Amino acid sequence: MRGFKNSAVSKKTPFWLDPKKRAILFQLMTFVMVGLLAYYLISNTLINLEKQKIATGFSFLHKESSFEIGESLIPYSAANTYARALLVGILNTVKVAFIGIVITILLGTIIGVARLSTNWLISKLAALYIELMQDIPVLLQLFFWYAIFYETLPPPREAISPAAGIFMSNRGVAFAVPEGHPAHLYMFLAFVAGCGIVYLMRRWARKRQEKTGQIFPVFRVSIGILVGFPFLTWWAFGAPMGMDVPVLEGFNFEGGLTLSPEFIALLLGLVLYTAAFVAEVVRAGIQSVSKGQREAAMSIGLRPVPVLNLVILPQALRVIVPPLTSQMLNLTKNSSLAVAIGYPDFVSVANTTINQTGQSIEGVAIIMAVYLFFSLTTSAFMNWYNKRVALVER
Amino acid sequence: MEQAVQVKELRPPITHIGVIGWVKNNLFNGVFNSILTIVTLFLLWKVVPPFFRWALIDSAWHTTGQACRQAAGACWSIISMNYRFILFGFYPYEEQWRPLLAMLILFGLLFYSRDRSHWKKPLAYAWIIGLFTMGLLMKGGIFGLSSVESTQWGGLPLTLLLAVFGLTAAYPLGVILALGRRSQMHGVKALCILYIELIRGVPLISLLFMSSIIFPLFLPEGVTFNKILRAQVAIILFTSAYIAEVVRGGLQGMSRGQYEAAESIGLNYYLTMRLVILPQALKIVIPPTVSQLISAFKDTSLVVIIALFDLLKTTQSVLSNPEWMGFSREAYVFVAILYFLGCFSMSNYSRKLEKELSRGD
Repeated sequence: MRGFKNSAVSKKTPFWLDPKKRAILFQLMTFVMVGLLAYYLISNTLINLEKQKIATGFSFLHKESSFEIGESLIPYSAANTYARALLVGILNTVKVAFIGIVITILLGTIIGVARLSTNWLISKLAALYIELMQDIPVLLQLFFWYAIFYETLPPPREAISPAAGIFMSNRGVAFAVPEGHPAHLYMFLAFVAGCGIVYLMRRWARKRQEKTGQIFPVFRVSIGILVGFPFLTWWAFGAPMGMDVPVLEGFNFEGGLTLSPEFIALLLGLVLYTAAFVAEVVRAGIQSVSKGQREAAMSIGLRPVPVLNLVILPQALRVIVPPLTSQMLNLTKNSSLAVAIGYPDFVSVANTTINQTGQSIEGVAIIMAVYLFFSLTTSAFMNWYNKRVALVER
Repeated sequence: MEQAVQVKELRPPITHIGVIGWVKNNLFNGVFNSILTIVTLFLLWKVVPPFFRWALIDSAWHTTGQACRQAAGACWSIISMNYRFILFGFYPYEEQWRPLLAMLILFGLLFYSRDRSHWKKPLAYAWIIGLFTMGLLMKGGIFGLSSVESTQWGGLPLTLLLAVFGLTAAYPLGVILALGRRSQMHGVKALCILYIELIRGVPLISLLFMSSIIFPLFLPEGVTFNKILRAQVAIILFTSAYIAEVVRGGLQGMSRGQYEAAESIGLNYYLTMRLVILPQALKIVIPPTVSQLISAFKDTSLVVIIALFDLLKTTQSVLSNPEWMGFSREAYVFVAILYFLGCFSMSNYSRKLEKELSRGD
């Protein structure tokens, strides 16, 4: 009887007091609410689109874009499709983000190390830089550099030439570059071959060191191979010295390599802004390695370079890499501000596309998808790198 | 007797103390540092005096645009002649005391909230009343104040409005998202992760585009939001995802013991969170929350791109006036100073708070 009574009581436990059932109910409610909201928004949108006679779907991508893009890494004209225009935009974003990230890491590291310098003047200047740059919106900085470029530099006819072959004007900076020559292809191949040899040599050197304890000067030999191979190839081709020098023709420079004012302003703004954050990350990373580590390494007789390479950096990088990743992603996302100063990055091209076709939902969806892709690939790569530099606990 | 002989105390050599000692230790310790110091001093000497000459000595302070072009230095007249428009935008000229008063109330509240001993219930009420009064002052329509449409709002008040209201709305939303992400319920957790990662993966500008182009399509016909409110919604959605990550950091910092202790005295989920976990977790993350506040304040400048007349846009429209064309440097430096003052005081405050909290109270 007793047992029967107990089971009757447990059967009577109302479902809202049972955590498992309550959780299911709660989740169902959440999903229904989100679903209803989504249904409401989507049905409204469909009705509105029908009223405005806008066709949905991505078929507009195959239509002729009929707008020009200022700078492009691949051949492009107004006769090409919207899809190709968007691709041009993506490549421009990748270009500015990639160059920006490389320079930012270099500059940020220098400033971060300067912040920790024992030299009072250098340290205070670095602190001032970091505070100043972090506290001014990046968009304002972009506008500022663009204005400097536009208002301070002369027109192409009176271009400033700080060094032979470089011309600065309000139409951009024109450089002299080496003239096209078949040797360049072979130099590139020699460089790639050099990379392969360096990789194999490093493996061999590590194995030999593990077996015999002898150290091979890997770094110096690698530099020698990476610089020497292309140089020898160049020399074997008779050392072509021809330069493609920009020449003033009409209102602008022809020949050479020209960087547009928009590109330079964008790069400058993004790099100077993000470098301040990277500097803080680097400083925190270096400070996270305790002083005792350096002293211990030096007391067992390591020279300063191995101390840095084998003891300090492996520990500092572990702290530096995760926040550095998010700064790199920030730089990539901030590159979308290019639309404000007219650099044809991806968002700017997508914005033009939206304005021309009226396909706003598809356009914004493409923008979001592309940036999500950038974010996910960057963080996947950095996670892989992070695993490599993470300390292996023995 | 010998022990009684007084040894004369030697002072350290003059090169090791005082100004000379400091300079030697901090600027000229070693060859490399000495060279670095000399090169830096030389560069500073080349840059700083000409800059001050440009900014302070050769500059024009209160002239017309024409007279400005004659001056060799900076043209600060662009600010002094247009400051009302730069600060308040198209807000009716005679009524501009109202946004000014609203801003003063805001600064007063912020100043009063600096001290942590003031963080009590009355302060929360004061903030609610203050925010409400600010909105009333801006909008008008009662108490004999003439009504000002929000399309006429602009300048610094708009920037502050977007930042302050954005954060007050984003904060609770962020806390809810963070709790959702830490929840045991997999469905809710997945939804929250999806939202947070989606928002954090895209630039703010794409959300602003969405707010200005797509939001109108989401709503049934006849219902319209004004532009400022739509941008505000985008900023709230964006900031809440970042706040959620900050708060999650605090939640992860809580030890299991806290949850178990709360459970053992019979608290349910809501009470556990409200009385035990959140008060501690939110306190840990005050410093990163303030830095999130700083970046939200800076991010409001992005509304320029969807043509709202915030501080940056009003400055640009002054610059597009032919009389003042070409003085961008001065104008942007002025705006930069305003932003810098705002952000610098916040980050300074955050550092002070961090010290106080790490001391333990």
